[in-house]
Amino acid sequence: MTSKTKVLNFVQKYTMIIALVLVTAFFAWRTNGKILMPQNITNIISQNAYVFVLATGMLMCILTGGNIDLSVGSVVCFVGTVGAVMMDRDLNMWLAVLLMLVVGLLIGAWQAFWIAYVKVPPFITTLAGMLIFRGLSNVVLQGKTMAVTNEKFVQIFGGGANCYVPDFFGGENINILCLVVGILACIIYLVITTRNQITRRKANLESGSLAATVIKAVIIVAVVIFFTLRLAQYKGLPMALIWVVAVIMIYSYITSKTTVGRYLYAVGGNETATKLSGIDTRKIYFFAYTNMGLLAGLAGILTIARLTSAQPTYGQNYEMDAIGSCFIGGASAYGGVGTVPGVIIGALLMGVINIGMSIMGVDANYQKVVKGLVLLAAVIFDVVSKKKNS
Amino acid sequence: MKDDIILTMRGICKSFPGVRALNNVDFTLRRGKIHALMGENGAGKSTLIKVLTGVYSMDGGEIRIEGHDSPIIIRSPQEAQNYGISTVYQEISLCPNLTVAENLYIGRDTSSTVDWKTREKKAGELLEGLGIPARPRQQLGSISLAVQQMVAIARAVDTDCKVLILDEPTSSLDDNEVEMLFRLMRDLKTRGVGIVFVTHFLEQVYEVSDQITVLRNGELVGEYEVDKLPQVELVSKMIGKTLDELSTIKNKKAPSGEAEVLYEAEELSSTESKKFDFHIDKGEVNGFTGLLGSGRSESVRAIFGADQVTGGIIRIHGKKVQITKPIDAMKNGIGYLPEDRKRDGIIADLSVRDNIILALQVLRGMGHPISRQNADAFADEYIKALNIKTASRETPVGSLSGGNQQKVILARWLLTHPEYLILDEPTRGIDVGTKAEIQRLVLKLAEEGVSVTFISSEIEEMLRTCSRLIVMRDRNIVGELTGADLTQERVMSTIVGRGDDHE
Repeated sequence: MTSKTKVLNFVQKYTMIIALVLVTAFFAWRTNGKILMPQNITNIISQNAYVFVLATGMLMCILTGGNIDLSVGSVVCFVGTVGAVMMDRDLNMWLAVLLMLVVGLLIGAWQAFWIAYVKVPPFITTLAGMLIFRGLSNVVLQGKTMAVTNEKFVQIFGGGANCYVPDFFGGENINILCLVVGILACIIYLVITTRNQITRRKANLESGSLAATVIKAVIIVAVVIFFTLRLAQYKGLPMALIWVVAVIMIYSYITSKTTVGRYLYAVGGNETATKLSGIDTRKIYFFAYTNMGLLAGLAGILTIARLTSAQPTYGQNYEMDAIGSCFIGGASAYGGVGTVPGVIIGALLMGVINIGMSIMGVDANYQKVVKGLVLLAAVIFDVVSKKKNS
Repeated sequence: MKDDIILTMRGICKSFPGVRALNNVDFTLRRGKIHALMGENGAGKSTLIKVLTGVYSMDGGEIRIEGHDSPIIIRSPQEAQNYGISTVYQEISLCPNLTVAENLYIGRDTSSTVDWKTREKKAGELLEGLGIPARPRQQLGSISLAVQQMVAIARAVDTDCKVLILDEPTSSLDDNEVEMLFRLMRDLKTRGVGIVFVTHFLEQVYEVSDQITVLRNGELVGEYEVDKLPQVELVSKMIGKTLDELSTIKNKKAPSGEAEVLYEAEELSSTESKKFDFHIDKGEVNGFTGLLGSGRSESVRAIFGADQVTGGIIRIHGKKVQITKPIDAMKNGIGYLPEDRKRDGIIADLSVRDNIILALQVLRGMGHPISRQNADAFADEYIKALNIKTASRETPVGSLSGGNQQKVILARWLLTHPEYLILDEPTRGIDVGTKAEIQRLVLKLAEEGVSVTFISSEIEEMLRTCSRLIVMRDRNIVGELTGADLTQERVMSTIVGRGDDHE
């Protein structure tokens, strides 16, 4: 590999991180640093929690071959509706949460069945789901708003004024727990990377260049420390962040370390080959879409907690945020390519653009135009770089 | 000797609606031997392979494999693999987005989590053992096709295969890559793997194979030891002679040199074909011949602009014209019946009528629709003229037999009243009666002054209809035969490159 292709590879691999840094710097400049203020950093997380969760699920669908799920916004709304009604009737909060997840899972399985076993195109199936569950939410709520009054629920799932992890250390102006968590995360990350490098070298396996690993580690540690410091300066760790991080970690593991996760990539890469390798591809589709339903259920929980109510209009265009994040985050529109961390960066990029433009006071309609252009640019990048490679 | 046999297929039969694809075919594979399976298009090679790998179920016959006392039944590619029969297809059947290591082991996982380190270690050992120049962590799509092919072979070998089927593995490789592949094949031989090598490259067969089985028209021609079968004989066995009612058809016209040159190309080339010169007279029937893959189809596709034209000067009636895409060719009075009727010819779900008027409508342009009345009249006219057997002009063309589908495409072009008609394998996979009709039609058109270029895998057919044959080998024109030279022997000797050593 020549040094030129090395640089090109590097740029290609980390395009979205570079873009994220540039966009953040741009807004930091235009908003006089307001975007980096503790409260805004916290907002980027809390406001976009549902996007992170949905985008992770959407990635699994897109991996199977660029298939999307249009119904997630409506499913979010319907699950939220069901939850609000249950809690309105004083059902135990944890039972309600469990039932909401089950409802999401069942809706996912219902759509997954048609897609995987009857071969109804995902676009059509989920378009139908989008209409069905939007309609059902309206029917259940009779077009009205239903308040969610269970305070414990609201707090645990990241809504209301006090939705932060309590600081056991009782810091005065700064949230010590938050800092401790940040530092611990960095240490764990460094230990794992080092151990990985050592065993790889011992076993004489290929490992990335040392310099690249070190640079990557330094950047990640710096970002994590800065980020937790900012959060600590505000009110600490938002509860929503806990859920988001849990989802990211679980699904990063699933997509990179489990066979079913790798089969998602295989199906998207070459379905015939996957079949010939003896894999039942129908099960893979079923898994992807059922799982999407489950995560839409979780997103529904986060949504009604944050907004402390259920309304028949909730969740509109959520599917577009999720799909957009995936493609901006480097998922291929043809399937088979994309990672959970990449998608999270895509979602962050969207979130930063959103909040940055809001602070700047850009008209909401122009915000849509910009987001649309960013999405288009990301996919053009994917298509063009694919063409060059082939 | 008998103990060395690892696979026998006896009396294999397979029919598709209207076609007898395999008729009583035998095939035997021995341990540590490379066995070439040869035959022209439609000979039944791929059908035989698909029966063996469980893609098709056979209508009759039996398959036996070493280690099983009774005949086995193979229902799916998966079952074939369980019996130790692995296939590497022409198109790489791996996932380009995954790493080499992952491609080697996917679908063979034993646990629900992936142990990357062990997997990469095992992959590294496997690749090294077979001398394959790929690293486990490389993304498959980033390595050359040849190495991808070899990775696919490594995967097959690692599943304890006894029978390895290589279906045209070399068709997209260059010479060095082919050599690499052959080294791997020879290595596998010494490990006792029996290899079925499907290809249409003669030299390659002679370079690596031990035995050859030749099929023709779905029937077994014979099994031969490579060193006892000269190339010329192999070609004649592949092409064969079909003596039938067609023998009365004959193009008596010899190129006179007086007729006007209709079409002339100098150094024409496309992305798929090398530079070549070509011309055809008014009312002449000529043909491109050569084995499959020799570039005969690619040449006519360049003439029609079906592939991207990359250079050359074209004259029609002596006037310089630009033909870079099909519509240019059509406007200059050229029609083209493509080689693959199902893929490039018919639009299966449209009616016979709509298929017939398609080219004419395109020529007229969107602004001048053909009225329903006219369309019906055109369709009826050609259904009658070409004797197309269809329930009505409204019938979807996909439900017609192969021969009648072909006539519909012919009608499509005849309706545009072309001056020059290119027919690529118009008689493939259709019954003898329709073949004769099409050949007579070609000669009739020529008498009416239409120039025709005709391509067929059956040499007899071309000798009957063409007054000039252009012979191709390895994408180059290697000879041109006319008059007394139009004999089967001359064509074959020209194909194998011994055009000059006739006494």
